[in-house]
Amino acid sequence: MSSNEWPLWEVFIRSKQGLSHKHVGSLRAADAENAINNARDVYTRRSEGISIWVVESKLISASDPKEADSLFDPADTKIYRHPTFYEVPDGVLHM
Amino acid sequence: MNKQEAILEYTLRIADDSLLLGHRISEWCGHGPILEEDIALTNIALDLIGQATNFFDYAAKVQNQGKTCDDLAFLRLEREYKNVLLVEQKNGHFGDTMARQFFFDVFRKLFFEALSKSADQDLAAIAEKSLKETRYHLKHSSEWIIRLGDGTQESHDKIQESVDYLWKFTDELFFMDQVDELLIKENIAIDLESIRGAWKSYISEIFQEATLTIPTNGWQQAGGRKGLHSEHMGYALAELQYMQRAYPNMQW
Repeated sequence: MSSNEWPLWEVFIRSKQGLSHKHVGSLRAADAENAINNARDVYTRRSEGISIWVVESKLISASDPKEADSLFDPADTKIYRHPTFYEVPDGVLHM
Repeated sequence: MNKQEAILEYTLRIADDSLLLGHRISEWCGHGPILEEDIALTNIALDLIGQATNFFDYAAKVQNQGKTCDDLAFLRLEREYKNVLLVEQKNGHFGDTMARQFFFDVFRKLFFEALSKSADQDLAAIAEKSLKETRYHLKHSSEWIIRLGDGTQESHDKIQESVDYLWKFTDELFFMDQVDELLIKENIAIDLESIRGAWKSYISEIFQEATLTIPTNGWQQAGGRKGLHSEHMGYALAELQYMQRAYPNMQW
């Protein structure tokens, strides 16, 4: 791989109005405009979306998988954080 | 020449432009400079072949001799193809392909915008449908022209060379003869002189951003619209027509 390789971009697609953008994959492109074009060509050719976000991969900070224990396990025992102790009033849909 | 013959000829010219350029771009499939661009080029090739299919379908209907879209696309002789010389030029390197595409896309966008208001409802409908795709093709090629022109010294020199080479084929985009004359009177065809100014100014605008110069050499090459093609056409047709010639009436 040459050192002149274009930067890597993460691609997020919104499939339809009202839903949020979802990460669908990554690609290489010279700049943001280019990345959107490439994302359009690579990830929406079968009508997968109506909106595209791209962000350069290096700008994303990720949690360390080695810290997963301390970050996420403590939540497992705290079921009182789930709103399952409330009665849902009649007439509330899609909860 | 009557009106029906003129519409047939007019439609074939548009269809052949799409077919030959679509074929050329399809030659990039699997050879694009990067995966993303490979897919982009393949999409564009498919768009162009799709447009050609619509125009050939309509041409076959106008011709009314029981021929199909495939007969027109695959079984004519070289002299019967009426595409401009620009679209049959070889792919060359990526810059050559993008320069060819850019000159064509600018023309095609303006042409389809005008044609979508044609008095011929079939042509207007196909133009309208093709316009969305064409706008994207133009965005894609414009951005490449800017990036290659305003990129490195090497990319700048290469794309300027491509532009200089292909410039002589651009005037033919505006070719008109008695076919156009007859149909312009009927509000079916587009007076191409009416879009020439916009074509040139869009190119100037993008070239300025791309730090490229429009060639000053005014010598122009033409012939495609009359069926007189460059030496590359025969090879392109040989490949394009092979299946139908070798296995007549075959279908996928």
